[in-house]
Amino acid sequence: MPSTTDPRTLQDLSRAGRHDASVDSAHGGARDRTSTATPSGGTAQVIAPDGSRHAHPELDPWLEDVDDALLRQLYTDMAVARRVDAESTALQRQGQIGLWPPLLGQEAAQVGSAHALRGDDFVFSSYREHAVALVRGIAPADLLRVWRGVVGSGWDPYAARMAPMQVIIGAQTLHATGYAVGLLVERATGPGGSPAWGGPPSDGVERTSAVVSYFGDGATSQGDVHEAMTFAATWSAPVVFFCQNNQWAISEPVALQSKVPLVERARGYGMPGVRVDGNDVLAVLAATRQALHRARTGGGPTLIEAVTYRMGPHTTADDPTRYRTSADVDAWRALDPVDRFAAHLRGLGVLDDAAEQAAQDTCDAVAAALRSGISGTPDPSWEAVFEHVYAEPHATVAAERDAYARYLDGFADGADGAEQREGRR
Amino acid sequence: MSGTTFAGALNTGLRRALADDEKVVLLGEDIGRLGGVFRVTDRLQREFGPYRVIDTPLAESGILGTAVGMAWRGLRPVVEIQFDGFVQPAFDQIVNQVAKMHARTGGRVRMPLTVRIPVAGGIGAAEHHSESPEAYFVHTAGLRVVSVSNPQDACTMLRQAIACDDPVIFFEPKRLYHVKGEVELEDLATAAPMSAARVVRPGDDVSVVTWGSHVATALDAAEALADDGVSVEVVDLRSLSPWDVEAVTASVRRTGRLVVVHEGARQGGVGAEICATVTETCFADLAAPPLRVTGHDVPYPPAKLERHQLPDLDRVCHGVDQVLGRAPLDPRAVAVSAATHQGQGSPAGAAPSGATSDGTAADAEDDGVTHRAVAVHDGQEVAA
Ligand SMILES: Cc1ncc(C[n+]2csc(CCOP(=O)(O)OP(=O)(O)O)c2C)c(N)n1
Repeated sequence: MPSTTDPRTLQDLSRAGRHDASVDSAHGGARDRTSTATPSGGTAQVIAPDGSRHAHPELDPWLEDVDDALLRQLYTDMAVARRVDAESTALQRQGQIGLWPPLLGQEAAQVGSAHALRGDDFVFSSYREHAVALVRGIAPADLLRVWRGVVGSGWDPYAARMAPMQVIIGAQTLHATGYAVGLLVERATGPGGSPAWGGPPSDGVERTSAVVSYFGDGATSQGDVHEAMTFAATWSAPVVFFCQNNQWAISEPVALQSKVPLVERARGYGMPGVRVDGNDVLAVLAATRQALHRARTGGGPTLIEAVTYRMGPHTTADDPTRYRTSADVDAWRALDPVDRFAAHLRGLGVLDDAAEQAAQDTCDAVAAALRSGISGTPDPSWEAVFEHVYAEPHATVAAERDAYARYLDGFADGADGAEQREGRR
Repeated sequence: MSGTTFAGALNTGLRRALADDEKVVLLGEDIGRLGGVFRVTDRLQREFGPYRVIDTPLAESGILGTAVGMAWRGLRPVVEIQFDGFVQPAFDQIVNQVAKMHARTGGRVRMPLTVRIPVAGGIGAAEHHSESPEAYFVHTAGLRVVSVSNPQDACTMLRQAIACDDPVIFFEPKRLYHVKGEVELEDLATAAPMSAARVVRPGDDVSVVTWGSHVATALDAAEALADDGVSVEVVDLRSLSPWDVEAVTASVRRTGRLVVVHEGARQGGVGAEICATVTETCFADLAAPPLRVTGHDVPYPPAKLERHQLPDLDRVCHGVDQVLGRAPLDPRAVAVSAATHQGQGSPAGAAPSGATSDGTAADAEDDGVTHRAVAVHDGQEVAA
């Protein structure tokens, strides 16, 4: 122990839920909220792990219009997401893409929330929201192009109404808030606009579109996320903060990020918070619909904590056996979101063998299209390095581009030869 | 090749620093149980406990800000930033607090903290995982900045950085993590000081100054150029702030030519500083204008394009050819010097000897090397 420091202070500061046995025993309940915690208590749920449906007075009104077709669509989307994910992991192993962050286990949280969105809403995500992108209509092969390292964004963000993935943890929560404030400014200054905004929704009329920001439990520690929530709450911005608490930030359990359930932070900012079972697609759909309605009607932001689990590694480069036990993973496997929803639909008679087969056929077709769409994608040509650095001409970049072109011309076989050269000349 | 990996050498250096001084504390994301995403802190939490090797919440500004407080309390924090692009969220704490605290307190408070940053590209990584942000820190007074190029330096210079009473930004080129070499725990009292550059290959015709992973690139280029009869001196700068002006100018005075190689962007980069200083102090000894081979002034491109961004063997050889007059210089430089030196001799902008008119490097015949006293492009004959 460093001699100049007071050991008691260190003890106090280190109460975060390390899995170190001595620390845990010294601090009693430190493990309460570690990764082994499964959703319960104050976690809203409408489908139990065995697939049975139970009533939920607050969420049920948001599910009244859910018919068999939507149920089947939700199921198919979750199955497709899982298949795209598995296929992408395989494509990474085959060298077709460089890296992949699997969403395995988070299908319900993503599909349920994305289905609550309207076409004119906007999404700012992090890097694991593959199912959200698929529901937004982004082609699976476009999803993978970034991971293949050929582009910075696989899609047109304005067309898809979804920003490209964000790697800087938490930054997108500020962007979502700013975009939402942009909606308010337009509403106030546009034709027939009114600057009046904020406070509880009085007439229930939806007057703007809304924004959803996806982020992880780890991200909640970033200052950007705190600032985003502060700004959004004080401005009553039409934004939904959708936190997928998948229990892990690489090797760090959620207890290292927060001493209280993440949802409890909402109160401190002055916005409603809802903790929902992230492996229950209908509960997620309902909670997100409710939050979006609040946003569009002037009720301001909402924090949704979707309690779920990252079943796979952080990315294909990660080895989770170094920091978590298989017992931990197994406990969550019993709560699998796709199996649970399938059991629910079987009970309803909405999913029979034929419907299941249809969903699998869709998965097969999507997987085949993904493979052919990404395999062998040619590398972009060198000119792309210099494109879109600035929106307007820039002398420095133009000169460097020209110099590089001349340099490549110096190789007997031009740029192509330069790219295959082994040594000098 | 046998020996210790670069990552292993860093681990050895950290273990020794933790053992030698109980005030040394490691903090960062995933450095404890996982041992860091590059395993540089592998097993250290197990050996030294969770108060010496601390997994932090996910917030770089938080990590640096609390490290500042730890330093106030007399600790020697060693921070790990997971990847280069993630140091930017901590920029405020580093530039506004870490760098200035000693001056602000009239020298009463020291910030002996080390910020380890895996840096630069060449590994086909995702966005924000391949950046070379050294110039931001070199531009900031109060920070020392070093970049290591081999396992032995990784081990020794990390220990030196931790022992240093100033804050040190410590760059670890990612593409070297698996490179192996012999590593011993050197006596810090007799080891070369962290701030000293090192001539890693002596030569007579051109000085190539670089650091980090491009020391290897420069050595490869020197080897290739030796077959052409060109003798290249390679200088591993090691420390970027302060940088070893004496060693670099001594080299350039002998060779008369300077090529600086770095991966970071060219504009406002560290190469600009070196070229400017060499021009100011060695103008009369230069046979050619100093030249930079660098990354382009673009955001680091997606993985499949990064080979165009990285200085490689061919680009370094081309740069050497340019200062030798065997390949044409950037026409902009020619145009500028034509305007500056009008009427001072040979036709400005003429292709230098050994270069063909279409801009390709000429192959065989080459005067520029053996007779260095040939003005390269600006009509001014400078004796070497
Ligand atoms: C600013 C920043 N710091 C560090 C990282 C490295 N990093 C990438 S993902 C990750 C963990 C994120 O955890 P969480 O927010 O819970 O999201 P999850 O990966 O679980 O979906 C870290 C530390 C980063 N991308 N950006």
